[in-house]
Amino acid sequence: MLTDPAAAGLSWNLVTDVRELTSFPFMVNALEAGTIVAVMAAVVGWFMVVRQQTFAGHTLSLVAFPGAAAASLAALPLAVGYFGACALAALVLSAVSGSGARNRSAESAAIGSVQAFALACGFLFVSLYSGVLNNLDSLLFGTFLGVTTGQVLTLLLIAAAVLTLVALTARPLLFASVDPDVARANGVPVRALAVGFLVVLGLAVAATSQITGALLVFALLVTPAATAQQITMRPGPSLFLSVVLALAVTWVGLGIAYFSVYPVGFWVTSLSFGVYVAVRIVRAVAERRDRTQEPASPEPVDSLVVQ
Amino acid sequence: MFAHEFMRNAFLAGTPIALACGLVGYFVVLRGQVFAGDALSHVAFAGALAAAAFGIDLRLGLFAATILVALGMGGLGERARADDVVIGSVFAWILGLGALFLSIFTSDASGTTTGTAGVRVLFGSIFGLGLGEALVAALIGLGACAAILLIARPLLFSSVDPAVAAARGVPVRALGFGFLAILGVVAAEATQAVGALLLLGLIAAPAGAARLLTSRPYTGLALAGALSVLSLWVGLTLSYSIGALPPSSAIIATAVAIFAAAAVKARLGASRPRPHSPRARGAGEA
Repeated sequence: MLTDPAAAGLSWNLVTDVRELTSFPFMVNALEAGTIVAVMAAVVGWFMVVRQQTFAGHTLSLVAFPGAAAASLAALPLAVGYFGACALAALVLSAVSGSGARNRSAESAAIGSVQAFALACGFLFVSLYSGVLNNLDSLLFGTFLGVTTGQVLTLLLIAAAVLTLVALTARPLLFASVDPDVARANGVPVRALAVGFLVVLGLAVAATSQITGALLVFALLVTPAATAQQITMRPGPSLFLSVVLALAVTWVGLGIAYFSVYPVGFWVTSLSFGVYVAVRIVRAVAERRDRTQEPASPEPVDSLVVQ
Repeated sequence: MFAHEFMRNAFLAGTPIALACGLVGYFVVLRGQVFAGDALSHVAFAGALAAAAFGIDLRLGLFAATILVALGMGGLGERARADDVVIGSVFAWILGLGALFLSIFTSDASGTTTGTAGVRVLFGSIFGLGLGEALVAALIGLGACAAILLIARPLLFSSVDPAVAAARGVPVRALGFGFLAILGVVAAEATQAVGALLLLGLIAAPAGAARLLTSRPYTGLALAGALSVLSLWVGLTLSYSIGALPPSSAIIATAVAIFAAAAVKARLGASRPRPHSPRARGAGEA
């Protein structure tokens, strides 16, 4: 990742560090792509966590890998493979989980089978087209630092589409996620929203996995959202916090990765997991203190705000 | 086909592993812990790469990582059942660690074999097992099968209705931990056969098919084991006869095909009217 180690001196002056970071076009591209991806992943991931579809989201993120492998086998652009495979998998998943909503264990077995089959196909494509083997690590773990300007533009378009869709359907989607039965009784098209959300999730995951790699999408998708929901359960602030956290871990992770020899995926996942663990510990301590000091505390713990 | 030593070794090691995967998988599906199994398979990858990066035996890293994380996930969740968000956050980080170890490993060992080690862990190398390795794998697989059969009865009880089981004096929490530990062992073992990314197929697909085909628990358990072994045999044979088809892909594709067939059969059966409809089993859902 570092072509010239002498150029990458970390000093205590943050301003010069940031100036040095942004003096390379590849770092600017990486920061722009990271910003777009972080905002989109945090918003979509927040709904994913509320809807308890983490397993489906993980499966979609892994499907990006066979998609990319198939695209390179067929000499198509990689982006076609990513988006095609994720959209297809989203439709398959919603078909599989359609009737089995009452029985979650059967549904998860089905999701697991879809995932394993997709990965088996991916491995088959990779072994058929041995040239991609050299890029296997970047397919799985991402190439944050090899983002082109064209990719940034594509990401921007996808993110705009995804965020617009989510913004337009945010209220009914939240309603349908929190209480599907009441929402259905109120005339909210729960089923259509579920299918639509999976497709949007697929698009977001495909875009994210081009940057973070198929295996590390989760660091941006689930961890900031989970952290934000630990801090507050009110939808607005929680969603906002999730975006802020995702942006922070992406920027700091990219910055550290530039000055270190270890991969960016490691830094981003470690930072977001560290924040998650810290928030959980703070919350557990606060809950225990509340319980010991005032046994009948009227204030709900869910609205606890950590400064 | 059996004239080749690598094929004999593959069958010798693969059959007990597949049997263990099927048996454990039945409980994984019954308890709604497929996502935990999925996470463990990724942990296996990170563990093996850590071992490779520090130059210790791969299997040591595999077993240590999966068993430790299995117990850790049990500790985080209530009644030794971790919830999806906790699992997702933990294993996103562990995959990040995997990426770190991969980069340490590839920068340390500069040579022709660097790229293939990661691929071997991710996608398995059942045709690359020696006789000694195959025997060890077979023994561990049989041990896991024996352990799961030993605790099958109380585990079944505590999976289907944890509250009643606890009231009847069944150690629900200890069983949950023990089960996750066995799942960890099986995940580590199966990583060598079908690879970290694909072992979920052997755990989820045959068990899911068995759950769709029968609602009787012991029949289902036996069926899950049998279907899993069948997938392995068919997959190995397919891969042997079609040169370009990797064995892990063939095994998983067979298992998923069986699951798909079972799902179609179940859906057709459900649309037909029945004299006594079986009760919907909301198995293991609290």
